[in-house]
Amino acid sequence: MASVLVNVPKTAKRGEVIEIKTLIAHPMETGFRAGPNGRLIPRDIITRFTCVYDGAEVFGLTLTPAIAANPFIAFTTVATQSGTLVFRWTGDNGFSVEESASISVE
Amino acid sequence: MSPSTRRAFVIGSAIAAVMPLSSARATPEQMRKAIEAVTRGAKINTGKVTLDIPPLVENGHTVPLSVTVDSPMTDADHVRAIHIFNENNPQPHVLHANLGPRSGRALLSTRIKLNASQRIVAIAELSDGGFWSGAAEVVVTLAACVEEIV
Repeated sequence: MASVLVNVPKTAKRGEVIEIKTLIAHPMETGFRAGPNGRLIPRDIITRFTCVYDGAEVFGLTLTPAIAANPFIAFTTVATQSGTLVFRWTGDNGFSVEESASISVE
Repeated sequence: MSPSTRRAFVIGSAIAAVMPLSSARATPEQMRKAIEAVTRGAKINTGKVTLDIPPLVENGHTVPLSVTVDSPMTDADHVRAIHIFNENNPQPHVLHANLGPRSGRALLSTRIKLNASQRIVAIAELSDGGFWSGAAEVVVTLAACVEEIV
């Protein structure tokens, strides 16, 4: 289980634009680096990140080897209603991590 | 070793040292092609997109990058996608993000790797089908991708 940090405000006013910050532990091995034996280390990266807010995808990001290790992703969304935000990271070698956060909207 | 064979050796090894580097890098030409693949030949306007990246980077392994697009982000007028490209990393793509009216603001921050001093280009795809771009020059002192692993 990869370690994940997600920062979502606990409460928000309806219609307010909230900023969401996420951080996940991952080496993001590019596949362009040679190891001690001179051979290339195979690529191992996160390729896709999505945020689903009450069943609707509000943000999606396609990552490449050019994203730094331990990807930090920050974006915004409109607080529409109380509910859960589900964050999902998927990548090479069957990597898949899900994290959720709840928000209450007045 | 006679001077001429030594010279040949030096030149040969210099070429050998440079060759893998040049073949393993994107070029401004490849970046242009990658951008064309996204815009499918549509005209790209300059403006609206602000790329916030430090102009002088000490460590190319992790470079903070933030993009904002000047857009009301309503159902009728919003940013559909943000694409980021580079000239000198092994591949021209950096990322692409899908946004929509529920984003509220067209804002995105992350951290990227840079292999060399180069120009970074951000392209925003709007809901009306238009493309807008912003660019930034970055000087990198310690490049990513070249270090030895011990």
